[in-house]
Amino acid sequence: MKMHSSLYKRWRSLGFAVLLSFTAVSLVQGQDVYKEFNTEVAGEYRYFFNSGNYPNQHQNYFSIKIEPELLLEWDDGRQQLNFTGFLRLDRDDRRTHADIRELYWLIARNNWELSVGLKKVFWGVTESIHLVDIINSTDIVESFDGEEKLGQPMVHFSYVSKIGTIDLFALPYTRRPQFPGSEGRLRTPFIIDGSEAGFESGSEEYRPTFATRWSNSIGVFDIGLSHFYGNGREPLFDVASESVFYPVNHQTGLDIQATTGPFLWKFEAIRRDNKFQEVYALAGGFEYTFSNIRDSGIDIGILGEYLYDNRDDLAISGMDNDLFVGSRIAFNDTQSSQILAGAIFDLSKSTQLWSIEAERRIGSSWKASVEMRLFEKVAREEFLLYALRQDSFAQFTISKFF
Amino acid sequence: MKRIAYLAITLFSSAAISMAQSPEQKGLDIAQKADEVDHGFESSSSTLTMILKNKHGQESTRKLSNQTLELVEDGDKSMIVFNSPRDVKGTATLTYTHKEGADDQWLYLPALKRVKRISSNNKSGPFMGSEFAYEDLSSQEVEKYTYKFLKEESLNGEACYAVERDPVDPNSGYSRQIAWYNKGNYRIEKIEYYDRKNALLKTLTFKNYQQYLNKHWRAGEMVMVNHQSNKETTLIFDDYQFKLGLTDNDFTQNSLKRSR
Repeated sequence: MKMHSSLYKRWRSLGFAVLLSFTAVSLVQGQDVYKEFNTEVAGEYRYFFNSGNYPNQHQNYFSIKIEPELLLEWDDGRQQLNFTGFLRLDRDDRRTHADIRELYWLIARNNWELSVGLKKVFWGVTESIHLVDIINSTDIVESFDGEEKLGQPMVHFSYVSKIGTIDLFALPYTRRPQFPGSEGRLRTPFIIDGSEAGFESGSEEYRPTFATRWSNSIGVFDIGLSHFYGNGREPLFDVASESVFYPVNHQTGLDIQATTGPFLWKFEAIRRDNKFQEVYALAGGFEYTFSNIRDSGIDIGILGEYLYDNRDDLAISGMDNDLFVGSRIAFNDTQSSQILAGAIFDLSKSTQLWSIEAERRIGSSWKASVEMRLFEKVAREEFLLYALRQDSFAQFTISKFF
Repeated sequence: MKRIAYLAITLFSSAAISMAQSPEQKGLDIAQKADEVDHGFESSSSTLTMILKNKHGQESTRKLSNQTLELVEDGDKSMIVFNSPRDVKGTATLTYTHKEGADDQWLYLPALKRVKRISSNNKSGPFMGSEFAYEDLSSQEVEKYTYKFLKEESLNGEACYAVERDPVDPNSGYSRQIAWYNKGNYRIEKIEYYDRKNALLKTLTFKNYQQYLNKHWRAGEMVMVNHQSNKETTLIFDDYQFKLGLTDNDFTQNSLKRSR
């Protein structure tokens, strides 16, 4: 019965999306419309260095991603319809998934802008963790770094004034991200069915969620202050019933960056309140860039960030008292080659997380990238990371842009 | 008596200035005049094709579009959007140029929908792997250099003033530049760039000039040759438009996010 209703809801949201696009298309008829259609197709191979901790897991995973994008622009570029689809086919049937990343209509007039539909919004300044970024649910099965997001239905109004930009969000529906299946890696010992996730709110995923943000650039400072009230984006785990649920959160976030010469100083902090916990977390640090070293065109950046979370071992990210150090190398060559390498060290436990991301363009429409994540000396007290201690992997991706 | 002597000195010195203006003053006058004759375009846009050629002659192409808002009290605001190669499509930069002090610059990364404030310190680095440095393409405000008039010289049959320009910013990759200003209309015909060791690094040649709105001269093509690496970058400008009615509202982080 629940399966049936969730399917029904999925079709209903798709119906809403199709209706929205028809409305937009009928609006633009008879006007000068600019159209653009692009597709990215990527082949991905993931190799896990160790055999899995749990039955059914593999060491080799081949996978394909298709991401089509459509843009319609009219009214001198002041109205747009954006669509980004997403399809992943993987050996793990839970990682095999489709999504509408974006499908929204946007209208911009002088100093305001309104968008309606599924959209992705990013807030924040730090590199190793994104604390204040809360509008979209994370596509958990898609990437380990949490930077892949599910399309979020919203009405978003943005107003630019002399005292900064005010953003207002009404989020009528909450997405339920999926978790890895039994054949998947990077998972807990038990299988969580994300589509069965519960909510604290009786209205479940239909509980309206609201958010607002003020942001401004004042001299060397870029400042953002935000508040979010409604269904949380980060799940709480119920180990006894092997399930997850989403509490109703109040979350206040602050992000500041100061840009002074080659230094970028970054700070993010959140306070999150719900029936079950009171969370304080912060991340702060710097990025220093040695640019155009010896006139080679190469930039080398040094990054350092300190991460704190008052949940200690229960912090989902595991970043409770950690230090991130890293380096970003941009070759600024014809192929736009770049490398980002770093490690997060737990200052109160033994855990270390190492990562390397590198990419390079091939020709004019191909891109090759490599990503490696190493889980080293993972402490037994780590809430989630301990389950992933065998899951160090290297990933190779070739993308073709059509 | 004292008063008469003072008067004599004043007369003498003002006569000296009008007769033999210092090379610094004359250089500055030329740069100011060049800036002045281009005043009043309000806002402009164009599309750019960038052709990168390595020392073996292999080419790769990028396509960009560009919008500029003219400001009088402070430096111009500009936005550049990358259209190709495909993997960086939608990436865009927003720059607030300042006459004095560091420029403000933001970068939009479309995959993450993230706007990042970036350091404008890296002036000398290559723009998109090309032979143009960021500082070559940023708004050329008069205050960014000190000047020295060198000589009058004819270039491809056009009478020109050759003026040395020394970058004020210590982060500049150049010890000096020599710019050839057209004597008749003050457009720049050629620039030579000298590296920090004062060796000739690059030459930029402006080609296919066209005049818009009976006033504003814009090159249809700019060719940058790097004499040290033997690499070359050509910038081709198309679809120049002026007085588009753009305002500050078209140069915000919101407009950066919706730029395509």
